Amino acid sequence: MIAHVEHILIYIFLNVKSLLQNFAENGMAVEEAGGDMIELTKKMCRRGGFAAFAALISLAIGSTASHAQTPDAEKEIERYREMISDPMSNPGFLAVDRGQVLWSEKRGAKNVSLETCDLGLGAGKLEGAYAKMPRYFADSDKVMEIEQRLLWCMEKIQGLDTKDVIARRFSAPGRDSDMEDLVAFIANKSTGFKIEPQTSHPKEAELTAIGEGMFYRRAGVMDFACATCHGEPGKRIRLQGLPDFSKPGKQAQETMGSWPTYRVSQSALRTMQHRLWDCFRQQRWPAPDYASDGITALVMFLNKQAAGGEITVPSIKR
Amino acid sequence: MKRIFFLTACATILSASGAFAQTAPPADSAKVEAMIKATFSKAPPEWQARIELDETQRLCTDRRNQVSAAEADAIQKRETASVVFPADGNFLGDWKKGYLVANVGTGGQFSDVPNGPVGGNCFACHQLDPKELSYGTIGPSLTAYGKDRKYDPQAMKDAWAKIYNSQSAFACSNMPRFGAKKFLTEAQIKDVMAYLFDKESPVNK
Repeated sequence: MIAHVEHILIYIFLNVKSLLQNFAENGMAVEEAGGDMIELTKKMCRRGGFAAFAALISLAIGSTASHAQTPDAEKEIERYREMISDPMSNPGFLAVDRGQVLWSEKRGAKNVSLETCDLGLGAGKLEGAYAKMPRYFADSDKVMEIEQRLLWCMEKIQGLDTKDVIARRFSAPGRDSDMEDLVAFIANKSTGFKIEPQTSHPKEAELTAIGEGMFYRRAGVMDFACATCHGEPGKRIRLQGLPDFSKPGKQAQETMGSWPTYRVSQSALRTMQHRLWDCFRQQRWPAPDYASDGITALVMFLNKQAAGGEITVPSIKR
Repeated sequence: MKRIFFLTACATILSASGAFAQTAPPADSAKVEAMIKATFSKAPPEWQARIELDETQRLCTDRRNQVSAAEADAIQKRETASVVFPADGNFLGDWKKGYLVANVGTGGQFSDVPNGPVGGNCFACHQLDPKELSYGTIGPSLTAYGKDRKYDPQAMKDAWAKIYNSQSAFACSNMPRFGAKKFLTEAQIKDVMAYLFDKESPVNK
């Protein structure tokens, strides 16, 4: 019980911290962050933990005041990340559990599970499959990333109308996402595997090159490309460090190896589909189509830069 | 009641502690453009139009910002032609309002509320007020900007042109063309200018 309370405190502490950072950044929609805070407050009220809440707030203020002033801020955040980065306390693992249930649940017109879905290594074989995605699938004659492939399996194997699944592609308070849960479950089966970009099929090589072209394309009212923020090492927006994807290496490996992730500021497990959707939002581009080939192309390119990176997911991030 | 108290507490804390804060050949650009079209096919037409490339964006994209000297000259010439200086000849507005323009990061995003605040988000990429610790590093530090230039009128004119259209000064600059793209108004640019050039601005303290 004590351990449980500690988890909640750390969790909320991180939430407060990340919310402060979000407000400072101004990049995140304030509405969204505000919603988080209300949820958080509700959680505390339900537990009647006013004293704990007050203590926590003072802790957050103290920490913010002292650490934001020093170069140790990142180190402190890293320490808390480590503290909650184990399966017993990372809420992302709840999504893994829900995904496992969804994977074996009989659904759709054919009333069968997804357990015969082939993610590239054979029907139902999950260990290491995510590490080799996106990849070319002969049955669809298409390069697919994980969410495209899952939608394909739902439609072809289960005979499931995916309209509702797509409507719930990104979770929100009171709205679970089957896709986020399934990706968490499947990607977790590649923890310990290395990212292996697929380029042997001509369509894989072609899509990777297109993804690279998209990465450097400057457009929109602010002339932003992906490369504007992710084209040089050691840059940051406000206090947020930016991984450099212009060349292969550690930053790309660590980034791609840690998605899907539990986003503390959003209280949700998020996948690459959401990450890139959010990048385009901040880029002042329109919202990209969900599970579109363009997103797959970008993931192909990003994974190429991240080749060999070890996967440890779901991770937990701000 | 409890909830209100908690929310108030949260709001206070939030306002009190601001600063928390290749080797394969490149793809055929026609294929990239086709993929872009397909990727944003469900966006409203006016949004799709926003990501069509103008001449400068096309060249900076194709060259990955590494343009030749001749190309750079052509871009800077073209972009300079779009710069509009203030009609009243007065470059400086209110530095306090300029701080807000520099600090606000909304505007132009598909998630923004209609007619919500639009800011230049200067702090995302630049250091300005040396006391503000939450600043980005994509652009150069601008601390003491006016002071270092001795509040020189020509420096003011140059800075106006850079904010209005960064590429009038640097071809394929990472910085948005705030005035030319009509992202910021003339009044907002004057206020940001004051934030950089007013002797009372924290930037010059």
